[in-house]
Amino acid sequence: MADFSVKVVDDILNGYRDGAEGSLIPVLGEIQDRYHYLPRDALILVSEWLGVPLSQVYSIATFYNAFSLKPQGRHLIHVCTGTACHVRGAAQVLDRLQRRLEIRPGETTPDGEFTLETVNCLGACALGPITVIDGEYFGQMAASRVDKLLKEFGMERAKA
Amino acid sequence: MEKMRTPAELEELRRLLSKEQDASQLCVTLCGGTGCRAYGSEGVLEALQGEIKAQAIENRVNLRMTGCHGFCERGPLVVIQPKEIFYHGVKVEDVPQIISETVVKGEIIDSLLYVDPSTGQKIACESEVPFYKKQRRLLLDMNGQIDPTSVTDYITLGGYGSLSKVLSQMTPEKVIAEVTRAKLRGRGGAGFPAGLKWRFTREASGDTKYVVCNADEGDPGAYMDRSIMEGNPHRVVEGMIIGGYAIGAHRGFVYIRNEYPLAVKHLGTAIAQARECGLLGKDILGSGFDFDVEIRLGAGAFVCGEETALMASIEGRTGEPRPRPPYPAQEGLWSQPTNINNVKSWANVPLIIEKGADWYAQIGTEGSKGTKIFSVVGKINNTGLVEVPMGATLRHIIFDIGGGIPNGKEFKAVQIGGPSGGCIPKEHLDTPIDYESLTELGAMMGSGGMVICDEDTCMVDLARYFMTFVQEESCGKCVPCRVGTKAMLETLARITKGEGRETDIDYLLELAEAIKGSSLCGLGQTAPNPVLSTLRYFRDEYETHIYEKRCPAKVCPDLITYEVIADLCTGCMVCARNCPTEAISGEKGTVHTIDQDLCVRCGLCKELCKFDAISVR
Repeated sequence: MADFSVKVVDDILNGYRDGAEGSLIPVLGEIQDRYHYLPRDALILVSEWLGVPLSQVYSIATFYNAFSLKPQGRHLIHVCTGTACHVRGAAQVLDRLQRRLEIRPGETTPDGEFTLETVNCLGACALGPITVIDGEYFGQMAASRVDKLLKEFGMERAKA
Repeated sequence: MEKMRTPAELEELRRLLSKEQDASQLCVTLCGGTGCRAYGSEGVLEALQGEIKAQAIENRVNLRMTGCHGFCERGPLVVIQPKEIFYHGVKVEDVPQIISETVVKGEIIDSLLYVDPSTGQKIACESEVPFYKKQRRLLLDMNGQIDPTSVTDYITLGGYGSLSKVLSQMTPEKVIAEVTRAKLRGRGGAGFPAGLKWRFTREASGDTKYVVCNADEGDPGAYMDRSIMEGNPHRVVEGMIIGGYAIGAHRGFVYIRNEYPLAVKHLGTAIAQARECGLLGKDILGSGFDFDVEIRLGAGAFVCGEETALMASIEGRTGEPRPRPPYPAQEGLWSQPTNINNVKSWANVPLIIEKGADWYAQIGTEGSKGTKIFSVVGKINNTGLVEVPMGATLRHIIFDIGGGIPNGKEFKAVQIGGPSGGCIPKEHLDTPIDYESLTELGAMMGSGGMVICDEDTCMVDLARYFMTFVQEESCGKCVPCRVGTKAMLETLARITKGEGRETDIDYLLELAEAIKGSSLCGLGQTAPNPVLSTLRYFRDEYETHIYEKRCPAKVCPDLITYEVIADLCTGCMVCARNCPTEAISGEKGTVHTIDQDLCVRCGLCKELCKFDAISVR
């Protein structure tokens, strides 16, 4: 994970120098992309630069699901819980992941290795139930495949 | 590319491009939609590039990665033109053979052909595959033919011809009259007549006006908007420019989900290309009309599909809806008149201008014209995008095109319209579907997601699923939605846990009425629909959960029991080794037993047992 630097955030903000209307959400989006969360200091910089009260920045950062105020783990696991994946058994896959990682959706393992998230629909329903790890798609998931997959991504406790 | 300054220059370019293109030229097209990419089509593309180079046939064959072909079930899809040879489930290992046999020698590889499950016959030609043959693809047709990142591909097939016609031969009023006569209705789901909306915005007072493309496709299970933007983004841009001209707007926004990175990329490329060749910007094709489009990314809030919340989000605020009136046509973005339409509505516009309102209006039913794209997903053989004229029956879509239910299971219901929609049972499979008939059946068109449920789907669990969704996605602004959906969810959760009470069904109905009647926006007003429609058609399932503490579909974990069938168990110990709670005991070679106090009903033992020795009750 990249460390927070004023320069990086400055560079992002420089792209919005004209103060284009409604630039708050795109700015936060870029910062989220860069750090995979919104560092506190970055929010303060954004607030000062755009002349938007910090409370408003905070309200945006907490309203939208795309933003996170907590740092994320080294591996990001997204379980699709769209309707098609749901009727094909996504709940069992999610349940198995929760038990194995001992965290709930939205949380990160204490060793900072895995973050577990759910996503409403990835629109790749033919492959459902789908789990995405670090951008790689794993289709036709089943609870029985969870351990092997976690092991592939470096989880030692998982049984093969 | 050079800027085009007149309609004549555009036509000249099209003429040159068509001349260059040889219809008999060999071309390998590969589906590059999100689904096929997830299956590994990018690897196949690389392999194709490598093999074409290795065989030194670059000058004899073109290679093109297109947008989504729609038959997602069978990806990655490869079609070899001009003969339309259709290969499915193509792997990197198949590539050398495809190039050496089919491309070089023109021979068909039997093992890669599609087999019609109903006749057992192998089909070589794409358009003969029943999944495609029974559709009418007006919006999706170009997806398989063009490289979505190439403006010239689009122009060659007639792209921007409608824009050119509008700017050189039609007044804005005439454009609106044409869209009105075509009876195009909003494809976002509510079905408001597009022509009327355009007229309201045009006639509204205000110097600055905006057009917006709602591409915040949030309904889980619906992905047709994404496929259009990924596969044919110029079509959407062209529709928006025509709309801007008709309404008198000079600036447009596309509000698109950030969960769709490929669509964002392709749309961004399309906008940049259109600017470069003078189809966006100042004085488009010498008409004096200025127009430009910007992309705004959504940030993962379902409620932003609601138009007033969407506008708040574009303005940089939290996506909370506000009361209407004033409608966006009067007071929209930054309080200026704004016309918002869905991706598919915009994509329909060039078609209406090109072929004429009379042609368009003869497709579909009396009240609903044109075609409609459904994403048919869930318990279905042919998962994919299906485009049919309005008025097609559910049976046609699910069985003739969708290929029916896998594994010999029984069809139970189809959930249409996402969290705002409802479930339709098999009694209504033969109803012709359009905006009105779906509403009468207790569902709604919505964006066109169709989730197929079979006998193993629990309707109470499905209702709980949707209520979880809307409860999480409620923006929290008004009480009926914020508190009401939570109360409904708690009740449903109780029922699925076997703690249902006699009064629960009446309580759910009462809550549903209150939420429907007093919520501010569409999300709240329609939130109870999944519960109401499952109660209407599957009340018996609720009652079984409440009175018998039983889940007939064997889904709800608290109401089922896993047991070992002694006659079938070989004592292989696979289940015992993998049970997360060590609830299964037994020696090797002896029948195992499950300790019900320890069992968490995760179903892993049943999934892993090779001898079908685990039963669910």
